Amino acid sequence: MAKQKRKVEKKKIIQALPFMLPSFIGMLIFSLCPVLIAVFLSFTDWNGLEKLNVQTFTDHFIGVDNYKTILSSSEFWTVLLHTLYYIALYIPLVFIASLGIALLLNKKKKGTMVLRVLYYIPVLTSWVAASLIWKWVLSPKYGIFNQILGIVGISGPGWLTSEVWAMPGIVLASVWKDMGFFGLFLLSGLSAIDPTYYEAAKVDGAGRIVTFFKVTLPLLTPSIFFCLIMSLINAFQLFPQVQIMTEGGPNGATQVMVERIYTYGFSYFKMGYASAYSWLLFLIIFVLTMIQMKLQNGWVHYES
Amino acid sequence: MKRGLAALLISTMVLGLTACGGVKQETQAETPQAETEEKMADDSGNGSADVAGGEEVTIKYCNFNASGGNEETLAAMYEKFHEQYPNITVDIETVAYDDYFTMMQTRVAGGTAPDCYELNIENFASYASKGVLADLSGADTSNFNETALSAFNVEGTQYGLPGNFSNVVLIYNKDLFDQAGVSYPTDDWTWEDVQEAAEKIRSLSDDIYGIYAPLTYNEFYKVAAQYGGSLLNEDKTEFTINSPENLKAAQMMIDRVVDSNVQPNEEQMAGMGDWDLFESGRVGMITTGIWAFNTFKDACDFEWDICVEPGGTKKATHFFSNALVVNADSDKKEAATTWITWLASSDEAAQIRIDAGWDLPAIKNQEVLDDYLTITPPDNKQAVFASLNYLTVPTIIEDYSMMSDIITEKLSEAASGKISVQDALEQAQAECESSINLK
Repeated sequence: MAKQKRKVEKKKIIQALPFMLPSFIGMLIFSLCPVLIAVFLSFTDWNGLEKLNVQTFTDHFIGVDNYKTILSSSEFWTVLLHTLYYIALYIPLVFIASLGIALLLNKKKKGTMVLRVLYYIPVLTSWVAASLIWKWVLSPKYGIFNQILGIVGISGPGWLTSEVWAMPGIVLASVWKDMGFFGLFLLSGLSAIDPTYYEAAKVDGAGRIVTFFKVTLPLLTPSIFFCLIMSLINAFQLFPQVQIMTEGGPNGATQVMVERIYTYGFSYFKMGYASAYSWLLFLIIFVLTMIQMKLQNGWVHYES
Repeated sequence: MKRGLAALLISTMVLGLTACGGVKQETQAETPQAETEEKMADDSGNGSADVAGGEEVTIKYCNFNASGGNEETLAAMYEKFHEQYPNITVDIETVAYDDYFTMMQTRVAGGTAPDCYELNIENFASYASKGVLADLSGADTSNFNETALSAFNVEGTQYGLPGNFSNVVLIYNKDLFDQAGVSYPTDDWTWEDVQEAAEKIRSLSDDIYGIYAPLTYNEFYKVAAQYGGSLLNEDKTEFTINSPENLKAAQMMIDRVVDSNVQPNEEQMAGMGDWDLFESGRVGMITTGIWAFNTFKDACDFEWDICVEPGGTKKATHFFSNALVVNADSDKKEAATTWITWLASSDEAAQIRIDAGWDLPAIKNQEVLDDYLTITPPDNKQAVFASLNYLTVPTIIEDYSMMSDIITEKLSEAASGKISVQDALEQAQAECESSINLK
């Protein structure tokens, strides 16, 4: 029985292979190869200009110096802290917002289809365009955000020009852009919940709030878990919005890891150093994801 | 700009291109190539293929400066060149500034760099020190402005030719000077005179400021020179960022913001650019490049003029130029050098450049340059040339961009009032010393 099943699986894979090949080859050449080359480069002081060949690795080999320098630099820990600050603000906000959207759009009323599309539009927008718009929205004096705050009597901060408020400004833009994406996943999680659970809860006399916390939320945990992993990975790779909205400023308050990698690789010509930086970033993401996978047994409830 | 992504994409694209054996390269400049074929046909018809005595050669030239409006000007220059050197065909590739340097870096590393290309000063510094540029000592540099030429001379070796040229002057709003009852600035003003005038203009209204000068590395090295300071010692073995002269310069720059507030701080700027501020008539003076003229001509509904930038204990003015360089690996160095020398310094190319209002050629020949004076405003265009007498060139070191980023960051920290000017320079000095290896 089991053997037969495996056979069917194997056949399926073989059938699927030709369809996967084009994108697999693309990934191999354009993602996997550069990633592997970067492993070697991270042990060199290659400047990104001299010709790259096998000899580069022996000529420029400097051992683990890059890693040592990065880990002993205060800059690395500062940008890591910036990233953690971003995550601390971004993840709760994006979850509340996307859960709100999912709950709102889960109702079968007129117009929800239109709303679903509307909330997804920011996801499809390019980060470049979105960042430029948010730069205007958050402009201290003339931006619409502070104007609205002004109406309710709050004098808004300088946002991107202020060291304290620049990161929250970037978080706002990111939440706006990503909530539709996570909302969609949570929505599909919601609609997958068996209605009989709700009926049972009703029969037992549970109110709406109790139902939400005792039925909806626990059954939604697999979707939430997925979104959590995705958003954490995304957050560590924070880059385009920073590059366009603040360029790491003011006074380096929004410098984050990918921004540093780019700067070292392409404006300081320290490609080996940048490679080491990106491998450290990979390790951080990898370890955190592993921890999350381990911890999921404690709180993620899979149906049946 | 999704720079990181773009960079990755470009790198991969270029890798792919190399693999495809440069198919794209041939299609890029169809016109000039088609022309050569015609020419060749003509030549062989006349039985005089060897007009200029050279062999037929095709070189590739890559640039960013012509993108966004001057592609045709460059094509016109090439046409003239090709008349004089029918044996040299130039395959011109113009790439937008934002993509240019990541692309060029990848091509140089991949061994597919063009025979000759353009670099801005920051990248020139890095490229020159990494042995990827050819020595241009053999080039005929007799027509060049010498200061401009010296900017691309690294420890005695000429690695680049100044392809164009621009400088910075003091631009002032005449109406605001009239309202404040201050006489217009002249070429012999110092920053003290500026401060006096700026304070009077500042008192006109809460929204009007006296002066705007960027608080960046670029501005700092120049103002430092005006007070007799510099960022490195003469043989470039040590940083001298925290010298007393530099402190005086930085203090003057920062005090305008935090002390007298004749210059708006970042909050007061409220996300506006410095040009916007000038165009909206809210600042009396601005130190900015001559490339602002065309924009200000259209955007300002008040009278404005220029003068040579004021100084501290002496005068020093900015000089900006892009380097034209030859690829060290090219097997057509001679033809490439001939083309970039002609492009940068011949009277014909200079004339076309000026007529098109592109930018200034870095040449000696005043006759050609004189045409530039006739285009007004500003009325006092002579100040652009008068400024050339005080040119200061940035010191080229390998980690130029890093040094510039460190200093800019520390200056803006001081301008935000977070640290004192003295501390800013001390910290910049310490950071440069620890992260940059001077050879």
